[in-house]
Amino acid sequence: MTSDNQSNEVAPLTDPGIPAHLHRKSDLDPTAAKKAERQVGILFIISALGTILFLYSYTFMSEKIFIFLPVLGNSNAKQLFLGLGMAISLFFIGMGAVHWAKTLMPDNEVVAQRHELRSEEVDREDFVKTVKEGAADAGLGRRSIIKRTLGIALGLSGLTPLLLLRDLGPLPKDDFSKTSWEAGTRLVTDPGNRPIKPSDLEIGAVAQVLPELLAGKERKLEDIGKDAVLLIRIRPAEFQLDAERLSWTHEGIIAFSKICSHMGCAVALYEQTTKHLLCPCHQSTFDVTRAAKVIFGPSARPLPQLALALDSEGYLVAKQPFTEPVGPSFWERDSS
Amino acid sequence: MTRSERVAGTVANYVDERTGAAKWLKKNLNKVFPDHWSFMLGEIALYSFIILLLTGTFLTFWYDPSMQEVEYDGSYQPLSGLKMSAAYASTLHISFDIRGGLLMRQIHHWAALLFMVAIVVHLLRVFFTGAFRKPREFNWILGIGLLTLGIVEGFLGYSLPDDLLSGTGIRIAEAIIQAIPVVGSYLAYFVFGGPFPGEVFIPRIYTVHILLLPGIFLALITAHLMLVWYQKHTQYPGPGRTEKNVVGYPLMPVYMAKAGGFFFIVFGFTAFLGAVASINPIWLFGPYTPGQITAGSQPDWYMGWLDGLVRMAPPLETHAFGHTISWNILIPALIIPGILFTGMALYPFIESWMTGDKREHHLLDRPRNAPNRTALGAMSLTFVLVTLLNGGNDLLATHFSLTINQIMWFSRIGVLLLPPIAFMITKRICLSLQRSDRELVLHGKETGRLVMLPHGEFVEIHEELSPEKKWTLTQHEQLPPLEITQENSAGVRNPKGLRAKLQQYASKAHQEQIEKPSAKDVLELGDGHH
Repeated sequence: MTSDNQSNEVAPLTDPGIPAHLHRKSDLDPTAAKKAERQVGILFIISALGTILFLYSYTFMSEKIFIFLPVLGNSNAKQLFLGLGMAISLFFIGMGAVHWAKTLMPDNEVVAQRHELRSEEVDREDFVKTVKEGAADAGLGRRSIIKRTLGIALGLSGLTPLLLLRDLGPLPKDDFSKTSWEAGTRLVTDPGNRPIKPSDLEIGAVAQVLPELLAGKERKLEDIGKDAVLLIRIRPAEFQLDAERLSWTHEGIIAFSKICSHMGCAVALYEQTTKHLLCPCHQSTFDVTRAAKVIFGPSARPLPQLALALDSEGYLVAKQPFTEPVGPSFWERDSS
Repeated sequence: MTRSERVAGTVANYVDERTGAAKWLKKNLNKVFPDHWSFMLGEIALYSFIILLLTGTFLTFWYDPSMQEVEYDGSYQPLSGLKMSAAYASTLHISFDIRGGLLMRQIHHWAALLFMVAIVVHLLRVFFTGAFRKPREFNWILGIGLLTLGIVEGFLGYSLPDDLLSGTGIRIAEAIIQAIPVVGSYLAYFVFGGPFPGEVFIPRIYTVHILLLPGIFLALITAHLMLVWYQKHTQYPGPGRTEKNVVGYPLMPVYMAKAGGFFFIVFGFTAFLGAVASINPIWLFGPYTPGQITAGSQPDWYMGWLDGLVRMAPPLETHAFGHTISWNILIPALIIPGILFTGMALYPFIESWMTGDKREHHLLDRPRNAPNRTALGAMSLTFVLVTLLNGGNDLLATHFSLTINQIMWFSRIGVLLLPPIAFMITKRICLSLQRSDRELVLHGKETGRLVMLPHGEFVEIHEELSPEKKWTLTQHEQLPPLEITQENSAGVRNPKGLRAKLQQYASKAHQEQIEKPSAKDVLELGDGHH
């Protein structure tokens, strides 16, 4: 297919060719050229002054001075002038070079020819011949034992790097389904680690709690990532729960996993008037009065509810572990 | 011969006798590059990358990629005595106790944002002007690869400080990995070395961020530039510009000065941003803990569209046979981006299939002369724009007193409805612009000057275009749609069947245009011109 039989062009207009070169002022007038040279010089000198400003701020300026800039607010003077010095120093080198190129360097357009990328027919044939001869000399076609064993060897050797990556981490086993909450685990404040009595929470209050640490144990971030629980107190009459879930609450206090059932962010925003919990990451919204039912957003499941009870000393404890895995979904999660 | 000439000559001779470099350099110093502002977009990306390497190296001298718990005792009083990871503490140290450290951090972050902006705008330029066509398909794919790596590299980079905001981003990334069917929980455990967050992900992503990905970047950028060099740059159409030549300025000295100078301008610009515009003030967020979060959590802009997709996803999960598939995560976070990026990478081949055009192209298209392509581009942009807006739905809601619900439903419906509308409108605009080009060539420019003829008739003077301008407006080729035989004379159907029909349809849509004026048209009007 050539361009001629593909296009529908009936006698296109003629190409007038490259327009005549227009001389710049600095090409014709030596004083203009001298002026341009001076301008470039001034730009380079501004750059040098920028570097001096940088040196001065680095060495002599105190870190304690803050200056107010409109829009940007309070800025640390040292950081500001270090940056401005550096910016001036770099920017004006560039401006000088570009101004130099634009005013004083030749601006005649040059035409270069393109060459077809495709190799010459002879070279292509030679190439195919070389490859074929090489393959024939190596006997790849005839020596089937070599071909097959090499295939096996290469294929197997590919396993080594895969296998070496195996120890990147342990197997998950049933970790995703477990938290530290057990029947009778006390709820403690975070921060503070103090056990909580129902009377500590007023109606409308919300608190982040964690399971009480056993002596000698340390709390790790990955524990918080699964154990964090939100404790909310509302008027008991406002609950719209079935009998079982209602029995998991205590005098209007209800507890949910704080780890979002969508992608695991902390569901930290509680709106007192509507009794809604909102995850700031993707705006999944959960209704506290209806066992954290999803009423908006991408999450497909309610936040798991933790059953509450009181221990002999009157502190809030978990009645039982979570009955479902907390946090985002995963393949092995049995939600049926 | 002056003394310095003699010295230079001796050195050059020494090197050339050992490398033969003179021949290669002679040829390449005279290499011609066409001039246009839009050709500087890729340059900005390249320079931002160099700035990232320089500032990034500086940051590694103090940054400690460790999740070891330490007690902060640096000079930022509000966090004094707080327990945090060594990574976060060392980032605070760079920000408050190293002179110029905060500046370098901010330049690094601004340069990363600029890098991604430049890549995307460069990609749009290449797309809308058809610069991806044969022989440049490989370079298009390399570019898509660089864009993808850039997104990953940026995400890993802003996760390194281990502050509350970045930890939240990593938490979401973990949830995406965990959602992959069958192997998800295993992959998540391998990546994080156990349960999230664990103690290994910072050192691991550090290695990937400063060694593995930059290495791949360097290799791909080198290949990308070598191809540009070897295939010679494309050029915009105009008088004297053909498919067979390159019109522009030589590398030595004009482009050396301009490109070299431009590097300093870009560096100076990022330094200015780093100096005056605070970015990612991690000391305000505090150290990461999975139980807390900052309100208005936002990723960097190049991740925003992904986050927007995730936010607008409907709450779909499949629970069956003791297993869970989270469509609400898989579709927005993996499936749609996968389709988008694959489609983008394959586009040069799709277009060549639609046009049946297998020839080389070195002259760029004016976007209006390829209405279908331009409309497809506008459609994709609209899609990304709606998702990006939804990625900031919480901020939009507070700034414009809207509810999240309103924005979410606007996005859910808009993401399906607006792209096709954008396609139709853009295509119509392109065709109208073609019509106006035709009008301009045939009837000249309206001057607004009214003249009364002797017999009392008023006419407006139309100023004829210069031959150069006329040529620029009419030089493009207008290919007819493909004619694919669906059935031959003996009634035998084309064995490709549906595919042939589809190709016929696509080709027709792609070649829809307003006939450009020919020499004959211009001539006929020439005499009776008013």
